[in-house]
This record gives sequence, C-alpha cells and structure tokens, in this order.
Amino acid sequence: MITSLYGALETGLIYAIMALGVYISFRILDFPDLTVDGSFVTGGGVAAISIIGGVDPIVATLLGFVAGFLVGCITGLLHTKGNINPLLAGIIMMIGLYSVNLRIMGQANLSLLNEITLFSQLKGIFESLSLDAVFFAPYEWLGLSAYAPRSFYAIVMMLLVVLIVKKSLDIFLQTETGLALRATGDNQTMVRSFSANTNVYIILGIGLANALVALSGALVVQYNGFADVNLGVGMIVVGLASVIIGEVLFGKKTIVRTTLAVICGAIVYRAIYAMALRVDFLEASDMKLITALIVVAALVIPNMLQKSSEKRQFKRSQKALAKVERQKGEVQIVNAKSNS
Amino acid sequence: MLTLNQIHKTFYANTPDERRAISDLSQTLNEGDFVTIIGSNGAGKSTLLNLLAGTLLPDAGDIHLNNQNLTPLPEEKRAKWIGRVFQNPMAGTAPNMTIEENMMISLGRTQKRSLFRGMTKKKREQFKEHLSTLEIGLENRLNTKVGLLSGGERQALSLLMATFTEPQILLLDEHTAALDPSKQELILSLTRELVEKHSLTTIMVTHQMEQAIDFGNRLWMMDEGKIIFEAEDEEKDKLTVPDLLSAFQEIRGTKMANDRALLAK
Repeated sequence: MITSLYGALETGLIYAIMALGVYISFRILDFPDLTVDGSFVTGGGVAAISIIGGVDPIVATLLGFVAGFLVGCITGLLHTKGNINPLLAGIIMMIGLYSVNLRIMGQANLSLLNEITLFSQLKGIFESLSLDAVFFAPYEWLGLSAYAPRSFYAIVMMLLVVLIVKKSLDIFLQTETGLALRATGDNQTMVRSFSANTNVYIILGIGLANALVALSGALVVQYNGFADVNLGVGMIVVGLASVIIGEVLFGKKTIVRTTLAVICGAIVYRAIYAMALRVDFLEASDMKLITALIVVAALVIPNMLQKSSEKRQFKRSQKALAKVERQKGEVQIVNAKSNS
Repeated sequence: MLTLNQIHKTFYANTPDERRAISDLSQTLNEGDFVTIIGSNGAGKSTLLNLLAGTLLPDAGDIHLNNQNLTPLPEEKRAKWIGRVFQNPMAGTAPNMTIEENMMISLGRTQKRSLFRGMTKKKREQFKEHLSTLEIGLENRLNTKVGLLSGGERQALSLLMATFTEPQILLLDEHTAALDPSKQELILSLTRELVEKHSLTTIMVTHQMEQAIDFGNRLWMMDEGKIIFEAEDEEKDKLTVPDLLSAFQEIRGTKMANDRALLAK
C-alpha cells in the first residue's frame, strides 16, 4: 500500500510536467488541445531512439522537449493560419502523429532496459555516494523504516526537475511576453488593440504546452524503461483530470499557486489511480474508465457543492426571515396585550 | 497628419444584402484635432473606426498617418500608433489578470515585449500615479483581477490604458453607450481630462448629439457611408441640437425618425 503510494508520487511528479503543459493550453490559452496524446509519444519516442542511438540521456530528453515544441507549433499554425477549429486541429495532429511516432521509433515498442537513461545514471550516482542512507536516516530515527521507499533517487530527481519547470514557468508567465500570452487566452480583441500579434502568441503557447508534454513523455519512457506507440492514449484526459483536481483542491488564486496546484493535482490523481488498482474486482484494463469517471467527478462535484451550499444559504436566510417575522408578530401581540 | 483618401467599403458585395458602409470618403485630420462623429445606426461610423484601426480593410482608397501608408498594415501593427476604447467595457481589458498586469500589456503597445519580468517598482509607482488621476481608487487595488471591477471602472481603466502611452490617434467607439448615466458622466469627464493632458488627436463616435456638440473642435455627421455635414471650430461652437436636426433634414429631406440620436436628445 505505502510502496504503491511512493510509486504514485514518482509517476505523479513525472506526469505533473505534462499536466503543466495541459494547463497552459487549456487554461491559459483557453485552447482545448488534443495534440497532447500524440506529442507525449513524440517526446518519448525521440528521447528513446536518441538514447538507443547513443546520445547522452540529458540531451535526448531535451531533444524530446524540442520535438514537442515543433509539433505544438504546427497545431498552432493549423489553428491560426489554417483557421481550423482548435479541437479539430488537435485531433488531426493526434491522428497524424501516430504514424509520425511510428516512423520515429521504427517499431511499436522500444526497450531501454539495457540503455543508460537519466534514471539509471542518477541511480548510479546515488549508489556511489550512498545518498539513500541520508534519506533513510529520518525514517530509521522515527522507527518507520518499514514504510520507507526502496530508493529515493527518482523522487529526489523528479522533485528537482518539476520545481525547476514550475519556477521557470512562473517566471515566464510574469514576463512581458508571458503576460501577453496570458492576455491572449483572456481577451484577444484587447491584446490585438495593444499591438500584439495574437497568432504568434497562440503558436508560441501551444508550442510551449506540447514541449512540456513531450518532456514529460521523454521522462516517462526512461522511467518505465520502454517506449510504446500507444503510451499517449487518453493522456489529454489524464492531464485535464490533474489540472481540475489540482484547482479544486488547492485553489487558483495566483499563477504561482495554480501551477503548484496542478502539480499536486497530478500526484493526487496518481494516488487515486494507485488505490483504484488495488481494488480486487477492478482490472488494469478498467483504468481508462476510471480516469474518465475521475474527470467527470472532478468537473461535476465542485459545481454541485456550490449549488447545494447556495441552496443551504437560501434556506437559512429564509428561516431567519421567518423567525424575524414570527418575533415581530409576538412583539405585536405582547404590545397589544399591554395596551389593552 | 491623418489622411483618408477616397475610402470605399461595401459589405456583401454583389448579393441582395449588399450594403455600402463607406463610399468615397476623404478627410484630413490635423494634430490635436478632436473629431466627434454622429449619425444613425448603419451610417458607417463604426465601420470608419474599424477601417482606421485595421480590423477591416477598405475595398479602395488609402489611409496615411504622418506620410506613412497604413492601409496594408494589420491591426496589431497599427496599434503602435492607434489607441482604442470599445463600446463594450469587457472588450478593452483582460478579466482574469490584475490591474497592474493589464497596465503592463498596454505598455507593450509602444515597445517590443521582452523576456524580462515586466513589473518593476518604478513602473508600479508610475501606474499608481496614472491610476490615481482616475480618482476612483483603482491605485490601491493594483492586484485586483479586472473581472471583479464594475463596468464603469473597467471602462475607466480601458480609457486610461488606451491613453497613457500617448498614441498618435485615439479612437473612441461609443465608449459610454453601455454605461448608466452617472458612469457616462464620469467616463466623459475622464475622456476630456486625459485627451487634454496628453494632447491626443481623437476621433469619438457617439449617438448623443449633445455629446458631439460638447466635445472636440470638429464634428462630422454621417449618413449612408458619407459625411453629409461637418462643422469646425467657431462654427461648431455655435451649433445646437436643433441646428443639427434641421441640417440633417435639409440634406436628407427625411426625419431622423425612430433613431437613438433623437431619443437620446
């Protein structure tokens, strides 16, 4: 149980980068971008084939990031220059990318088990410096060694990567360019009237969103030790679920807060996923349905809660009114009695 | 400084719905001119502003600003010199961003947007100073999301954002029409103040004849895509609403019946 939650934390952190990408397209640009299902695999595929080709894992991961950016830019171009509806542009890209990804990978499945990946490199560093012992110490000190994860390298590394991505995103969204990007999603008329080419910002934003998605794909592939052409199926829904869960649970007052919420949302989503997998009558193949249900729940429940709280408020105020009326009546009766 | 040369614009050309929005319009504006445009619905006032702003392209004719040909430039390029305030208070600001972030975006009208953090202490002070001239307390709410402001406050902010970077031309498209009378007063007095402060060349479209007479040094009355009546300086100062109505009847021979211009007195 506990171990599976550590697994959820690790994968949650990796998928959090994807969720941040989805946050940029869905929330900041208000552009429901389905390219994600394809660009996730593009990032993973490019990283995997580069690693197999002997490229340094860090460079391979960055190549995945760049590939995602280019793919996203094409989606942006389809929408802005081709005047294609955002949803349709994404679907077109998703379908087209399936073939492209197969071309990149050369086959449907690539194994990285015998290759040097970011994770195996880091594992080596951790072992050679016996850093794990440092992280184990507090557990032993508290007498909780049974609950400690087997190794810390993945968590520590992903935490670092995610924090770097989050921080840079926060900073970028506060720059002049970042502000114009956010305003483009908010009010295009206004941004154009202030001398910004909204098309450029849409292309840039969707590019950046898919770059993050592909970066996440590149990391997932290395974490799992294999790349599969079907890895991205339903990824957009997972991303959306993370964004919505995060916003509902952790708030979205400022950008800094929201990006943190999205990351936490991705982790919570993975935790729910891990728990659901442990239920006896559920099978691994049911996971897509569970994902869909999580998204529905995350979308519907907040609305229902708000409505019911409004209703309760209304009832309460009605009751209070009735009470006031009643008291008035009693006062009048008392007055009438004392007068007579 | 701004010249319009034989502008034509027809919508739905060669269909039964064909409508001539602007026909053969030529005008010249001097620096510091404040033009008010009145006319009934469909007279071509908004089309004219959209042609100037670049939202629409003319079928024929050209627009020059300081000897530069604006005609082929898209909206966002022209925006460098042209500030706009829209009729809809929601149109001129980004609701999910804070007041200072909105101000930052308007600052980008004249400068290229960089990859640096835009907000500095100095700029924040500047913004506060500009906002305080509105005298509606926005300077203390720099971090409030604009979506939480009332329509009047949003329009005041839009007006400030369009003016404080000193565009060469300011276009006001019935910018008070969606507000209640007291807020209209506020926005109008702010308009007067800001235009004077930055000595902006302004074109203001309005439905209310009194406003058109009150404001500016030039007045154009438009109908069916043409400027059918214009007055300047002293001639304009002497104008009254009945004058305008009779001028219209004389030229068109019809009553401006059932028109918002009349209803608004």
